[in-house]
Amino acid sequence: MMQLPESLPLWLGIPVVLLLLTGSIITLIGALGLYRLPNFYQRIHGPAITITFGAGCFLIASMLYFTGLEQRPVVHELLITAFVLLTAPVSAMLIMRAAVYRDLRNERKGKELSENLHDNMHQ
Amino acid sequence: MSRFLPSPILSLTLLLIWLLLNQSIAPAHILFGSVLALVVPLYTAPLQPVHSGIRKPLVLFRLLSWSLVEIIRSCVNVSRIILFQRQQINSQFIRVPLDLRNPAGLAVLSCLINSTPGTVWVEIIPETHELSLHVFDLHDAAWWVATIKQRYEQPLLDIFEAEAK
Amino acid sequence: MIVVLEYSLYFAQCCMLIAMLLCTLRLMRGPTAQDRVLALDTLWMVVMLFTLLLGISFANLVYFELAMLIALTGFVSTIALAKFLMRGEIIE
Repeated sequence: MMQLPESLPLWLGIPVVLLLLTGSIITLIGALGLYRLPNFYQRIHGPAITITFGAGCFLIASMLYFTGLEQRPVVHELLITAFVLLTAPVSAMLIMRAAVYRDLRNERKGKELSENLHDNMHQ
Repeated sequence: MSRFLPSPILSLTLLLIWLLLNQSIAPAHILFGSVLALVVPLYTAPLQPVHSGIRKPLVLFRLLSWSLVEIIRSCVNVSRIILFQRQQINSQFIRVPLDLRNPAGLAVLSCLINSTPGTVWVEIIPETHELSLHVFDLHDAAWWVATIKQRYEQPLLDIFEAEAK
Repeated sequence: MIVVLEYSLYFAQCCMLIAMLLCTLRLMRGPTAQDRVLALDTLWMVVMLFTLLLGISFANLVYFELAMLIALTGFVSTIALAKFLMRGEIIE
């Protein structure tokens, strides 16, 4: 089971709990958006809130909690924060460009296909 | 910069990352981190074509803090739309004409726009140098264009292309 | 305070599990390939956050390294898949 300390000061506990609750609800909403929205170009906006706000809340909560627990500043979660902030936009942009590219290509292919069919029927 | 320290900011960041990874400021870690910070920029210098200094750190700081507020605000907006909106969501591609040409500035702009929920950068159309952008819930395209040009592009122009004007 | 923290940790873990489930459903259902890649990307992210949560609940700093590795691997795999979607249709 969980290994929690015997006591936690109130000034540390309240922000950690609030950040955990906010982060988890935001993450859930992001995944719900991924599941519920009707088409791809809308779906890509759902996980964005998970990545920025949910991850931010969790990382700050973890930083606060371990700083209080270890009695020394624990700030190495900043590394993950920086990494996520730098890489998430890149992956979102690449997926978006791939989707646009594929849709354009399918459109072109579909047009060629229907033209071919049209020609074949008239021969 | 000098021959042995081509990019001081990169070196400082590397040292900081090394210390954060090891979670200590013992002299041995500082020594090895400094060696890394000196050697790695020297060896990666041929790979780095873009040398751009940051001219106005204050403007950059203000831009970053403003976009942090904007990220939180649009997070709330997007989650409200996901949870409560039942009718059709008006998602559109819009085009924003850009004046910014500096590659580093464009990279920062794309990171900021993509980090903000509700907008995703698609690409820059090479012929017209227009930015194609997908907006989750579009009310007013002109407002978006004006916001991006004033709030994001103007500070970046000041930061990265100040002497060009 | 500890009881509140414990229950909020349980709540957060349940939320993460439901989020993973939703991502997996989208991963299986997704009509197009880009939907699946997006779902996989989100799944990596949620798993990374779940690892951080485990780190908090077991009061162990080792989980941080795990989260870092998951974030790194997730980024690389997403980039590779997106590149593949863009360029490498094998049968064409």
